[in-house]
Amino acid sequence: MDTAPNKNPLSLQIDVSRFEKATDEEKRQQDVMSESTTFFKDGMRKLMKNPLAVGSIVVLVLIILTIIIAPLVVPYSYSDIIKVNGKRDKSAKNLAPFEYSKQEQKFIDEGGKVFPHIMGTDSMCRDYFIRVVEGTKISLTVGLFASILVLIIGVLYGSISGYMGGKVDLIMMRIVDIIYSLPDMLIIILLSVVLNETLAQSNSKIIQSLGTNMVSIFVVFGLLYWVGMARLVRGEILKIKSNEYILAAQAVGAPSGRIIRTHIIPNCISVIIITTALQIPSAIFTESFLSFVGMGVKAPMPSLGSLANAAREGLQSYPMQLVFPAVTIVLIVLAFNLLGDGLRDAFDPKLRR
Amino acid sequence: MSKYLIKRILLAILSVFVILLITFFAMNAVPGGPFNSEKATTPAVRAVLMERFNLDKPVWQQFLIYIRNLTRFDFGVSLKTGREISGTLSTCFAVSAKIGGIAAFVAVIIGVILGAIAALFRNRWPDRLIIFFTTLFTAMPSFVFATLLLMVFCIQLGLLPVFSTEASASKYVLPVIALAAYPTAYITRLTKTSMLDALSQDYIRTARAKGVTTRKVIFKHALRNALIPVITYVGPMLAYILTGSLVVENIFNIGGLGKQFVQSITNRDYPMIMATTIFLAVIMVLMNLLSDIMYKVVDPRIKLD
Amino acid sequence: MADLNKNKSGVPLLQVIDLHTSFTTDNGEVQAVNGVSFTLEEGKTLGIVGESGSGKSVTAYSIMQILEKNGHISQGKILYKGEDITHYSEKQMQDFRGKKCSIIFQDPMTSLNPVYTIGNQISEAILIHSNKTKEQAKEATIRMLELVGINDPQKRFKQYPHELSGGMRQRIMIAMALVSEPDILIADEPTTALDVTIQAQILELMQELQQKLNMAIIIVTHDLGVIAQMADEIVVMYGGRICERGTADHIFYSPAHEYTKGLLRSIPSVENMKQKLVPIAGTPINLLNMPKGCAFCARCDNAMKICLEEVPPELKMPDGHYASCWMNVKNNNYVSEVSANE
Repeated sequence: MDTAPNKNPLSLQIDVSRFEKATDEEKRQQDVMSESTTFFKDGMRKLMKNPLAVGSIVVLVLIILTIIIAPLVVPYSYSDIIKVNGKRDKSAKNLAPFEYSKQEQKFIDEGGKVFPHIMGTDSMCRDYFIRVVEGTKISLTVGLFASILVLIIGVLYGSISGYMGGKVDLIMMRIVDIIYSLPDMLIIILLSVVLNETLAQSNSKIIQSLGTNMVSIFVVFGLLYWVGMARLVRGEILKIKSNEYILAAQAVGAPSGRIIRTHIIPNCISVIIITTALQIPSAIFTESFLSFVGMGVKAPMPSLGSLANAAREGLQSYPMQLVFPAVTIVLIVLAFNLLGDGLRDAFDPKLRR
Repeated sequence: MSKYLIKRILLAILSVFVILLITFFAMNAVPGGPFNSEKATTPAVRAVLMERFNLDKPVWQQFLIYIRNLTRFDFGVSLKTGREISGTLSTCFAVSAKIGGIAAFVAVIIGVILGAIAALFRNRWPDRLIIFFTTLFTAMPSFVFATLLLMVFCIQLGLLPVFSTEASASKYVLPVIALAAYPTAYITRLTKTSMLDALSQDYIRTARAKGVTTRKVIFKHALRNALIPVITYVGPMLAYILTGSLVVENIFNIGGLGKQFVQSITNRDYPMIMATTIFLAVIMVLMNLLSDIMYKVVDPRIKLD
Repeated sequence: MADLNKNKSGVPLLQVIDLHTSFTTDNGEVQAVNGVSFTLEEGKTLGIVGESGSGKSVTAYSIMQILEKNGHISQGKILYKGEDITHYSEKQMQDFRGKKCSIIFQDPMTSLNPVYTIGNQISEAILIHSNKTKEQAKEATIRMLELVGINDPQKRFKQYPHELSGGMRQRIMIAMALVSEPDILIADEPTTALDVTIQAQILELMQELQQKLNMAIIIVTHDLGVIAQMADEIVVMYGGRICERGTADHIFYSPAHEYTKGLLRSIPSVENMKQKLVPIAGTPINLLNMPKGCAFCARCDNAMKICLEEVPPELKMPDGHYASCWMNVKNNNYVSEVSANE
C-alpha cells in the first residue's frame, strides 16, 4: 500500500486510501439487482399498463353494474306490456328511444310521471331497454356458466390425461382428437334439435324454468367445447411434469394429490384463466347463433342473440332495435377478447412477444 | 410423412363414423324423428319409413342399412317436399360452394396482405388501423354483420341488390363480404403474428447479413415461412364459412345448403336435417384433412418423418 | 463506392473507434457496447472473448449493422479501409454485407432458412453481389461447397437444411459467407453449438480458407481454447467495455486485468493440470443496472474502493498491450493513459 502511484499521464489525483481493498459488503452493494416482484404483482402491473385491457375491465364493470342497477330503477318488466296508470298500453308499439305513446303522453299532460323508454319499445309494447338489459344478463350468464362447465370438464380431463400419461393418455387424447375434428356448430344444432324435443317431454322443474334450449346449450357445451381446454391443460402438465422440481417432489415422496395441488395447478393457472376469459365470448357467439337458427332461449326470455334476430323482421322501419343488442354483443365480446389478450400478454411469459 | 398421413386419414374416417353414429342415434331418439314410426304423419309416410329403414329390425341392423344407403349417396326423401334429398343437396351445394369458395379466396388474399402490412408497420398507424378493424370484426356475430350490410347497402343506400334470382356478379358482393369478414380478420391476425415470429428468426438475420434487400428479406425469406401456419387455418376456415352460410344464405335469401339446413330445422324435416348435417360434416372433415396434408407438403422440414 | 475497393496503403482494414451501441427496451435504455475500440489488419485474426452479456456479439452485429430493430449505434466510428460505415445508407450497407464483410452465426440449426434449399440460399448470396446468371451461380455454389469440404455437392445443392447435420450446416454457412470473397469474416461463436470433434474441423477449415482467400477474421467466442488456436490479437470484453487487448501472447502470458487473470485460472491447461481450477465467483452483471465503477468490481477478488467508484481508464502496459484495471495503477505497472479516441 506504500507505493503510492504518482505517474503523471494519469489525469486523476491519486488518493492512497482509495486503493485499499474493498470489503465484501461494499462489493455486494455494487451487485445491483433489478427490483424483485412476485409473478402476480408483475403481471398485474403489466395488465394495468395496457390501456385496452383496462378499458375492457371498465366496460365490463359498467355493463355488470347496469345489469344490477337497471332493474331496480326502471319500473318496467322485460316480459310484460307497458302499463300506464295500471292499464295495459297497446299504443306503445315500436316507440323510438325516449318517445312516449299517446296514452303515456296524455298521462304526462295530466301531471303523471312516466319513466322514459331509453331504447324505445318493441313490437309487443315492451320497454326495449329493460329487455336489452335482461338479454345481456342472460347472455352473460350463459357465457359464464358454459365457460365454467368447460373449465371444470377440460381441466379435470386434461390433468388426468396429462398426469397419468402412457396408454390412458393415448386413449383419452384420441377421443379428444375425434371430438376436436367434429364440426361443432352442426353437432350443436343437431343435438339442440334432439334435446329440445326430448326435454320438452320431461317434467323437471329446472328444465322448465330454464327452457329446453338453454339446457341443451349447456349440455352441448359440456359435450363438445371442453376439448380445447383439455388439450391446453394436458400440454402444460406434460411440460411441467418434465421439469426437475416435479421429479424432486416425487423423489422425496410427495403424494400425487399434493404434487398436483402445489406444483401443477399454480403453474397452469394462467393458461386456464386466459382460456376461460376467451371462452365466454365464444359461448355468447354460439348462443346468439343458435338464437338465429331459432334454437335460442325460450320466449319471452330475451338474449342478445334472440333480440337481434327478432329485430331483423322490422329492420327497414326500426333499425335501432337491431343496433342496440348488436352493439352490446360487440362490446361484450370485444371486452372479453381484449381482456383475454391483455391477460395473456401480462401473465403468460411464454406467449409474450 | 406416410405414417402421419395414415394416422390422419384414420382419424378422419373415425370422425365421419362418429358423426354418422351421433346423427343416427340422435334422430333415433327424437320423438317424431325419421326412425320413429309412431308419430309419422300419415300411414303412407309410415309405410315408406318402415320399408326404407326396416324399422322392424334391431337398431344395429338399421344403422348398417342406413350406412349402406349413404354410400350410394341415397339420403331418402324429404318429409316436407317428398323429393329425393340427394338431388336437393347437390343443387344447393353448387350454390354454397361457389359463394364459399369466393369468400375463402378473398379472405386468404386480403388477410395475408393486411397481416403482412400490419407486421411490417408494427406499432405504427397502418398496424393500429388494421388491428382495430380485425378486432372489431372478430367480435361481431356473422348474422349481425350480414344484417348490417343488408341494412346499409341495400335498404339505406340502395347501392347493391338484395340477392335475387337474376344472374349478376353484384349479387355475390354482399354475401361474400359477410362470409369473408371473420376469416379475413382471423387470417390477418394470424399472418401478423407468424410474420413477426418469422422476422425474429435467425435465418432472417442471416439473409440480412448476406446483403439481401429489405424487400426480398420480407417477401422471400419471412413471408414464405409465415404462411405455413396460415395453411393450417384453411380447413377450419372452410368449416367456418360453411357454418356461416347457414346465417348468410338466410339473410340474403340464397338457395344454398345453409338455407336448406335452417329451413329443415324450422320444418322439423328430420331426414333432411340428418342428410345436411352428414353432408356438411363430411365436407368439413375432408377439408381439415386436406389442409393438414397441405401443411405437411409446404413445410419441407416434415417431409422425411 | 469505387474508392472502397482501392486499398489505401497504411490504412488498417477495419478500425472500430469508441463504439457505443444501445438498445431501447421497456425497462429503459441498455448500453450493450460502451466505448469499444480495436483495429483489424488485413489477413489477421482478431478474437473477441467474453461471457454472455459482455457485448461481444453486439459489437459484431454493430459492424454489420444487423442489430435488432430496437438497437442502434449511438456513438463512435467504424472505419472500413478508412471510410466510416456507420453513416452508410441501408442500400450501401447491403452492398457491404456479404461482399466486403460476412458473418456466420452460433447456431447453424436456425440460421438457415428451413423452406429453401441449400443451393438456393448460397446462390442467392452470389446473385446479389455479382452479375452472374443462375447457371453460373450454381457452378460457383458447387465449387464453394467443394471448397468447404462438403461431399457430393451436386446432391447437397438440392437438399433442405434439416437434411444435414450441424457441422455440415456450419460448413454451408461458411460457404455462403465466403462466396463473394469478402475481406472480413466475422464468426460469432461459430463452434459453440457443435460437437467437440466437429469444432476442431470447422476451426481448421476457417484457417485453411483464410490462407486461400487472404481474409481477416474476427472470431467472437467465450471459449479461450478457440481463441488460443485462432487469434493473433485478442480483445477481452466485460459488461460492454474492453478489459484488455493485445496479442495472444500478451493476453495468455502476461494478463494485466483481474478479469482476464480470472478467466485464465478457470480453464484447464497442461501447466495447471495438477492445480485446482478456480471459477470466477458471482453472476454476470445486469446491463440495466451497471455499477458506477469497474463493471467487474463486484466479482473481483482484489477489488479496491476506487474500483467501486470510478471506471478505470485504459492504460498502456510496459509490454505494449492495453488493459483497464486499477490494479495496474496501484502497482504502478503502466506506461501511459490512453484517451478514448486513441
